[in-house]
Amino acid sequence: MPAPIRLRELIRTIRTARTQAEEREMIQKECAAIRSSFREEDNTYRCRNVAKLLYMHMLGYPAHFGQLECLKLIASQKFTDKRIGYLGAMLLLDERQDVHLLMTNCIKNDLNHSTQYVQGLSLCTLGCMGSSEMCRDLAGEVEKLLKTSNSYLRKKAALCAVHVIRKVPELMEMFLPATKNLLSEKNHGEILHTSVVLLTEMCERSPDMLSHFRKLVPQLVRILKNLIMSGYSPEHDVSGISDPFLQVRILRLLRILGKGDDDSSEAMNDILAQVATNTETSKNVGNAILYETVLTIMDIKSESGLRVLAINILGRFLLNNDKNIRYVALTSLLKTVQTDHNAVQRHRSTIVDCLKDLDVSIKRRAMELSFALVNGNNIRGMMKELLYFLDSCDPDFKADCASGIFLAAEKYAPSKRWHIDTVMRVLTTAGSYVRDDSVPNLIQLITNSVEMHAYTVQRLYKALLDDISQQPLVQVASWCIGEYGDLLVSGQCEEEEPIQVSEDEVLDVLEGLLVSNLSTPVTRAYSLTAIMKLSTRFSSVNRIKKVVSIYGSSIDVELQQRAVEYNALFKKYDHMRPALLERMPIMEKTATNGPTDIAQTNGETDSTILDTKHLPSITQPASQVGRCNYHICFCLAGIPPMTAYNKNGLKIEFTFERSNPSPNIAVITIHATNSTEADMTEFVFQAAVPKVCSFPSSSSFPHYALNLFFLFFFLGITDILVTKKLYLTFNSM
Amino acid sequence: MQFMLLFSRQGKLRLQKWYVPLCDKEKKKITRELVQTVLARKPKMCSFLEWRDLKIVYKRYASLYFCCAIEDQDNELITLEIIHRYVELLDKYFGSVCELDIIFNFEKAYFILDEFLLGGEAQETSKKNVLKAIEQADLLIDTATTQSTLTVASEPDSNTLATIQNTVSTA
Repeated sequence: MPAPIRLRELIRTIRTARTQAEEREMIQKECAAIRSSFREEDNTYRCRNVAKLLYMHMLGYPAHFGQLECLKLIASQKFTDKRIGYLGAMLLLDERQDVHLLMTNCIKNDLNHSTQYVQGLSLCTLGCMGSSEMCRDLAGEVEKLLKTSNSYLRKKAALCAVHVIRKVPELMEMFLPATKNLLSEKNHGEILHTSVVLLTEMCERSPDMLSHFRKLVPQLVRILKNLIMSGYSPEHDVSGISDPFLQVRILRLLRILGKGDDDSSEAMNDILAQVATNTETSKNVGNAILYETVLTIMDIKSESGLRVLAINILGRFLLNNDKNIRYVALTSLLKTVQTDHNAVQRHRSTIVDCLKDLDVSIKRRAMELSFALVNGNNIRGMMKELLYFLDSCDPDFKADCASGIFLAAEKYAPSKRWHIDTVMRVLTTAGSYVRDDSVPNLIQLITNSVEMHAYTVQRLYKALLDDISQQPLVQVASWCIGEYGDLLVSGQCEEEEPIQVSEDEVLDVLEGLLVSNLSTPVTRAYSLTAIMKLSTRFSSVNRIKKVVSIYGSSIDVELQQRAVEYNALFKKYDHMRPALLERMPIMEKTATNGPTDIAQTNGETDSTILDTKHLPSITQPASQVGRCNYHICFCLAGIPPMTAYNKNGLKIEFTFERSNPSPNIAVITIHATNSTEADMTEFVFQAAVPKVCSFPSSSSFPHYALNLFFLFFFLGITDILVTKKLYLTFNSM
Repeated sequence: MQFMLLFSRQGKLRLQKWYVPLCDKEKKKITRELVQTVLARKPKMCSFLEWRDLKIVYKRYASLYFCCAIEDQDNELITLEIIHRYVELLDKYFGSVCELDIIFNFEKAYFILDEFLLGGEAQETSKKNVLKAIEQADLLIDTATTQSTLTVASEPDSNTLATIQNTVSTA
């Protein structure tokens, strides 16, 4: 059998392949050769073959048949073999593989090898990918090596210990004695970095260790001081700064040790100020140290002067040409804006300028920070900038930006008119990106701004004339027109020049929405209802009647149902129509907005649910009349289904859920079951809501009929408590 | 650090070092998605991005992207320095390193990385010491020949890994 080809030869060959298929063919051929070589248990070329396999693995081809070969290489006495074997193990033998544990013994032997480079290999492998079992077995060996005088091994053992602790936190105690002299001067600083990493890991994981190691603060401060003051050390130097990696690590450890502890924080105040003022800022490395310093200052109990210094450093970062520095500054400012709000406010204009940055990550940070900085004083100016940003930003941002603007406007709006203008502006510029729950929120806002109704409906109408593609805008607009169409037509607007528009024109627009391809089913439902509402506000009732009857045969079940019910209103229940379609009352908001608030109100209302009163039924020989009424208080959140009435063969059950397209619309479904043998006639179902209204129901309820559904829609009501009374009368034989 | 990836501008993987246990399928998925995301970035954008719940730090050196995934509490700016230090080490070792060096000597790139980082953290902050350790370890392979591995050129040399038989004495 000829010698297997060399690694470099293989790499060269594979690179000449012109197509994926050609490459695959070469790989398959070579894999076959390698497999047979493995089968022959060839010791000479095993190393070469595994190396080739690793190359092919990197290209994405399967290499699992080489796993055991890696183990054999590790067990070999040759350094070359071990090196490739351990590399193969790290690439192919992660802890999810069955053969992973077989490495344990080899690693154990190699940890005690006479050659430090072999020990190094095993420490490295264990520290990169040792499983919990392996770590448990070998922790003792690692601990031994942590105490050796060989600094090459000691630093590796320290990082290996970090991995062991991460995998098996209970073993942390075991390494405590070895940490005694880690920071001592005797080590010439060679193991300082890894020692600090180990100490950091232990302090992060255990409050006890944290208190134990607090006494190291003076030592750490001293080491840091030496680093800053010491002369040029070319070995550890990066752009004139001594060992920045170690500086950053020490600063991080100091942060953990100083947090929440007055004495430690005080002990490090000076050195932090020193680092903050003396570090060279022309290169990234200096800024890396400053960044870590700022993070430390903000986290510990530093004096206010130091905190201001830190924020100013961040402010300076914001003006840096290097976008990485700007990014990091914005991130840090976001973390500190809650605690040091005033200091961050001073840099507001720079932050707002970052909204215009080209980089997406920076823009997002700047946006989040801007929202955090908005308050009653700067709302007008900030909103101008934010609206401008909304206009020009990427679509990914628009939803978040719109929500943020709504929130800020709600909290700090200087006037109702300003609020509505702002909302309008958002709807017209980013209308398709606003979240679904903003529609009901806006409707509520508009309802409550009574004096602005005419102005609002006029502006919305004009917006509709321009553009009907943005659904949230269209939905809010149609709702408003439905409610306040009379104000629109009568030209009552005070805030701006009233427009002249006729009833027909308004109905044209609404009907246009119904037929447009751009309208979603939800939007269509809104417009149909709006048209219906106008029947009590406009005089052109016939036109409305016609529209409604047309949609009685619409394919869309939702529209059909509404149209049918509205038709019924015209025909049989015309006397109830005005009351039913009256103006919506002012809605009380129980919480600000967002689904989280619903969870809160949910808890509040549970206790008031189900105050049931049941009137006795009067049994008559020919018919049975049952009557019941209930008070039901509920909130538009998840409420378990309840059986409202279950007597005389009639069972009424309510289920509550949120309507799927519009989560702020509650759907209460009533399941009525007649389980008697006889038919029930004259079944009338009435529901009392803030104004008494009733909904038509079938008056004949055939025997054994199951599940008559009555669907109720409460449009635009969010988060309010509604008391409902239900009256049921029926006759049954 | 959770992992480090090196890939070319065409998206070909040149080195992958994982410090967290993940199955092969997940690694491939992460690699594919991350490579796509980074390659889509424009040159003027900053070196950091958020991806899933990790911070990604990447930097391009000639035709190679060096990409690290770090955790929330890690310092992004110093990670850039770590990447730079690794490039410097490769440069010193190979002498003006280029992508071809890393392609043809990928195992050596791994060895150097493993002398610099362990478990995702830097084990040695002195450039000189890392290179010295590699040098010494290489000697254990090449004791038989006079040619030092430090002068490996970008052209594939005749000394491949397994031709030189070396015995490491057992104590």
